[in-house]
Amino acid sequence: MAVLDEMAANLVQGADERVSELTRRAIQDGLPPKRILDEGLLAGMTRVGELFKCHEIYLPDVLMAAQAMNAGLEHLKPLLVREGVPMLGRVVLGSVHGDLHDIGKNLVGVMLRGAGFEVVDLGNDVPPERFVEAAQEHSAPVIGMSALLTTTMPVMGRVVNLLQQRGLAGRIKTIIGGAPVTEKFAREIGVDAYGYDAANAVERVKSLMDTQAA
Amino acid sequence: MRPAVRFLSDELVAKIVTEARDILGHLGVEIHNSGILDMLAEHGARVDTARNRAYLNDELIDRALRTAPRSFQLYDVFGRRTHDLSGCQVHFTPGSAAINLLDPQTNTARRPTTADYVRYARLVSRLEHLASQSTALVPADVHQNVSDSFRLFLSLMHCAKPVVTGCFTIDSFSVMKDLQLAVRGSAAELKAKPLTVFSCCPTAPLKWSDVTSQNVVDCARHFIPVEFISMPLSGFVAPVTLVGSLVQHTAETLSGIVISQLANPGTPVLYGGSPAVFDVRYETTPMGAIETMMIDCAYNEIGKHLGLPTQAYIGLSDGKQFDAQDGLETGVGAVLAALAGINNISGPGMLDFESCLSLEKLVLDNEICGMALRLTAGIEPKDDFPARPRFEELLQGQHLLISKHTRQHWRSEHFLPGRVIDRANRSRWQEEGALSLHERARQEVARLVAASEPPALPTDVQRELTRLMEHEARRYGMSRLPHEEL
Repeated sequence: MAVLDEMAANLVQGADERVSELTRRAIQDGLPPKRILDEGLLAGMTRVGELFKCHEIYLPDVLMAAQAMNAGLEHLKPLLVREGVPMLGRVVLGSVHGDLHDIGKNLVGVMLRGAGFEVVDLGNDVPPERFVEAAQEHSAPVIGMSALLTTTMPVMGRVVNLLQQRGLAGRIKTIIGGAPVTEKFAREIGVDAYGYDAANAVERVKSLMDTQAA
Repeated sequence: MRPAVRFLSDELVAKIVTEARDILGHLGVEIHNSGILDMLAEHGARVDTARNRAYLNDELIDRALRTAPRSFQLYDVFGRRTHDLSGCQVHFTPGSAAINLLDPQTNTARRPTTADYVRYARLVSRLEHLASQSTALVPADVHQNVSDSFRLFLSLMHCAKPVVTGCFTIDSFSVMKDLQLAVRGSAAELKAKPLTVFSCCPTAPLKWSDVTSQNVVDCARHFIPVEFISMPLSGFVAPVTLVGSLVQHTAETLSGIVISQLANPGTPVLYGGSPAVFDVRYETTPMGAIETMMIDCAYNEIGKHLGLPTQAYIGLSDGKQFDAQDGLETGVGAVLAALAGINNISGPGMLDFESCLSLEKLVLDNEICGMALRLTAGIEPKDDFPARPRFEELLQGQHLLISKHTRQHWRSEHFLPGRVIDRANRSRWQEEGALSLHERARQEVARLVAASEPPALPTDVQRELTRLMEHEARRYGMSRLPHEEL
């Protein structure tokens, strides 16, 4: 479909006004909202992800594309909700208790939103209980935690324990990241995923959502 | 403000030039070419033919300095301008004429073939921070008397960039000039748009061989730019002090300028060189020595004082393998040369006292050159004032990743190196194969060579280049050239 291909191509270019206009036109043409989402907006974002990974484009380009995607989503969202099409999902995000560093966490938030996720950003210095409560309150299937200090990393394990105690482990998945955090540490404390940078975190969250859906 | 480095005071520059003139006038320069000695005598130089010696007076030197161009440009095979050799404009080019290639598989030196040369030229066509190619390898699978012209032929056929080159004999100049005429179409066009620079080397101390001095004259007659490569060897065949070596370098280079400008006033020249200190432990000429680099940068200051564009062999290493010493010596040299404003910087890719080329190192050095070029752009305000609105934007949005200011300036403010430079975090680096620098460089060489295309020269030009080269090869008994099998 020409309009969807054009939409995807413009999204890759970060042309938000053009993507907005093409989304409106696709809706007027009577295309199913799910198809506009999958073959237009998400197809464009998938291409952006590939280009970013092989260094053909850079972070600002990804974020411009994300902005363009959101411009299209504004028109599409009410229709998707009305038709009961599930959105990509919601992620609760925060820097763990004792940690006031939030640059990395914010970047993950920006990238997740760009990829079409809803983000509930709890900010920094977030206690374990707050993560769990927010995930329940917002029906978020994923909790993302960030730490920059080795001294605050253990808080991540306390969130995992709390989910287990409350019988939520498995239903609410966890992902962690941050400069001192490693894949090995993630395995040791029993979280579901580890993202080594913001783009990688988005990929991992997608996988978590897929396993959730399955 | 352009960041810069200086080693000599104005007074010291003037003193060095005065002393060099005194040497040329009173001790003279030895020239093993009777035609050039006659030419110098006709122009008023005192000549002692029995001792092949010419004594160059101030009047001759001043005349030569008056006619030598203050700047000139180079153009690629399609006639597009690539170089502005003026002021502090900096351009990088691979080092020259290595007799060995570092084999990427065995990490040992071996003799290069025509196939290696083509691979090299193709690679250079894809390395964006190298403004020109040089005839960096001497293919060992052709007759030695065509190994100089054959390199130029291969370069012109496989890479569009202008070529830093040179002759090994007097005879080969003719075909090397004809190859250039074939690309440009006429002598007038070649004069208007120079395609090559020929390196011409005096011999230390204060000597010109028949071949190199004749090359200077032949290039001058066709307005082909020459770079003078004086090579004082501090502590051996030059004074041990850096100032003493600079006096010798100045005298030798001035003698070259006099020869070229008398042969044809106005012919373009580069005030160049390849000096070195002498390592008294290993009896070697370290190009990676810090004092070698200091002499390079300092004679560049003298060249600029004389009003001439400059060149140096700097930004290369004496290491034997692809290792950390390469990065250290090349990095220091390239940065110093760029800060000094040397116009044509020859060195990238070279190891082992400039006797061995590594394609992997060339890929790494391309990044060093990119960084050095960024360095010369310095720190300048770009829509930065007043600052408050930007910070209001930052505080409101919490980041500036896609602000208009970022989008407008990040590509020029931040130099992004290619894939050979590792900037991933450890986890990503591991996921992408935990590759060493050597492995990444090997992959990049393969990727870039595969992605390269030979320049789309008109068929008749390619045919003429091939005809000229085959004719030259036949003179030395070669009925076929190895490039035909590639």
